Amino acid sequence: MSRQTKLHSGTACKGKRAGSTFLFYLLLAGVVIVTVFPFVFMILASFKTTVEIQNPSRFLNFTFITSNYTEVFERFSFAKPIWNSFYVAFMTTVISLVIALPAAYAISKFKMHRMSAGILVTRMIPGICFLLPWFKIFSAMGLTDTYTSLILSYMLVAVPFIIWIMVPHFENLPQDLEQAAMIDGCSQNMIFVRIMLPLSVPGIITAALMSFINAWNNFLFALALSGYQTKTLPMAVYNFIGYAKISWGPLMAAATIITGPIVLLSLIMQKYVVSGMTAGAVKG
Amino acid sequence: MKTSKITRFMDRHMKIIYMTPCILFLIVMVVFPLLYTFRLSFFDWGMSTVAEPEFIGLKNYSELLHDQYFISSIWITLKYSLISVILEVLIGIILALMLNRRKLFMRNVFKTVMLIPMSMTPVAVGMIWKLLMDPSIGLFNYGLKLMGLPASEWIFGSTTVICSLIMIDVWEWSPMVALIVLAGLSGIDEDIYEAATMDGAGYLQKTFRITLPLSLNVILVAALLRLIDALKTFDIIYSTTQGGPAFQSQTINIYSYLYGFQYYKYGYASASMILFLMLVLVVTGIVMYIRTKVVVDR
Repeated sequence: MSRQTKLHSGTACKGKRAGSTFLFYLLLAGVVIVTVFPFVFMILASFKTTVEIQNPSRFLNFTFITSNYTEVFERFSFAKPIWNSFYVAFMTTVISLVIALPAAYAISKFKMHRMSAGILVTRMIPGICFLLPWFKIFSAMGLTDTYTSLILSYMLVAVPFIIWIMVPHFENLPQDLEQAAMIDGCSQNMIFVRIMLPLSVPGIITAALMSFINAWNNFLFALALSGYQTKTLPMAVYNFIGYAKISWGPLMAAATIITGPIVLLSLIMQKYVVSGMTAGAVKG
Repeated sequence: MKTSKITRFMDRHMKIIYMTPCILFLIVMVVFPLLYTFRLSFFDWGMSTVAEPEFIGLKNYSELLHDQYFISSIWITLKYSLISVILEVLIGIILALMLNRRKLFMRNVFKTVMLIPMSMTPVAVGMIWKLLMDPSIGLFNYGLKLMGLPASEWIFGSTTVICSLIMIDVWEWSPMVALIVLAGLSGIDEDIYEAATMDGAGYLQKTFRITLPLSLNVILVAALLRLIDALKTFDIIYSTTQGGPAFQSQTINIYSYLYGFQYYKYGYASASMILFLMLVLVVTGIVMYIRTKVVVDR
């Protein structure tokens, strides 16, 4: 008897658990659908005619076209903005790493906590507070509508971010290594370049990825500083709403072109991007 | 082995040599521009390149504080960012708890999906939501109609615009809070849970008595990071509404941008940027203070 009740309650419990597991995954599926919906919507819309986009009942059954993409390149000449965005984001990343990596190393080696706090405050300052002076300085130097002005302004985001990611990273490297290298007669530069940097490759990948993504996505600085020659992708996408009638088809194709590579990049490099997004928060 | 003079010099002055490029960059691009904006906020200066800036003391500030649109932009900024961050933290915690479930099927896939909203280019995100929320051609109102609910004006209505923008922000950034909290959760020692299970604690008890208190610090840091960025939100708002309709989504950031780069009132815009900076510092300062209180008391 007692054995029977035990068995009975066991299956009841199992049934209840299976039910709650089902509910759990149902809820999770709902979360996933909400999360990816705008992204999927954008991709679907980029293969529809503008007329079909404007008819919500044709959300899933539509005639597949690719002319939006050719139109983006031919009518809206997107080749140049794609190159501009790539070049500026790439140069921002490289130059920021060159400046910020030694600084982050020095901060962690000499425990300059005040300096590091000071640099991080720049993250709190609204970017718009710099725009008028930059605009003034860049036009005085004849740098309006140049890559230089965009790269310099994007570096303002990248440099503190790299320091924010790399200081804890360098701090976690074993101190013994450095001492051993010094006994072997390594100079400080050699220790940094030959030992510390190679050991920090995962951190550097994270820092580089985040700098690149932030620069690629930057809108405010491009809005104020970019011109006809240096128009970046966010500007090119934004300019669509300047037309009297928005051509949603090409616009969604343009949105796919701008977000596609960056989403793909962060999906492939998932591990690094997650650690970049959560950097600093977890280690305190 | 003889080390060269240059190497020895480098070794001795390593701190300065490694820091100099970064410090120079920050002085030129941060300190100087900030001081310049601060100085400009006491001047009357328009677009004209002929007229020199004229010193007018605190007049820009007093004008700002008497402009009802500026005052309301402060409230809009606070309302938008505080409600967004509170919702994001709540949803983020729930998502993190879900993703932290033991034996979760395809955990990495779910974590990867979470990255999509935050890595999408904000301007493109703005365009997509603008289309989704369009009162006549948008999918949202079509959905409401199918369900027999009344249509909404979403970002195109002056009463609904802030809620709609908060919705976009919550969609975009809750996953980030979730990932941060999740990273914190995985640092909690398994033994504590085992001990609690032995003592007969249920899931809810474990969540509220162990998981949440132990990850409080991480949650607050996530909230702080989000708050700083929410107060500064520009891309989504400017690409969808540009502050409209009827100025109802005009945050201080948008207000400052319009005065600086559309109406070319440089002095006035600078004053509003300085007040904006002060608002960000004060609000984040308060949250940082709360954090030290809560976390140290524990």
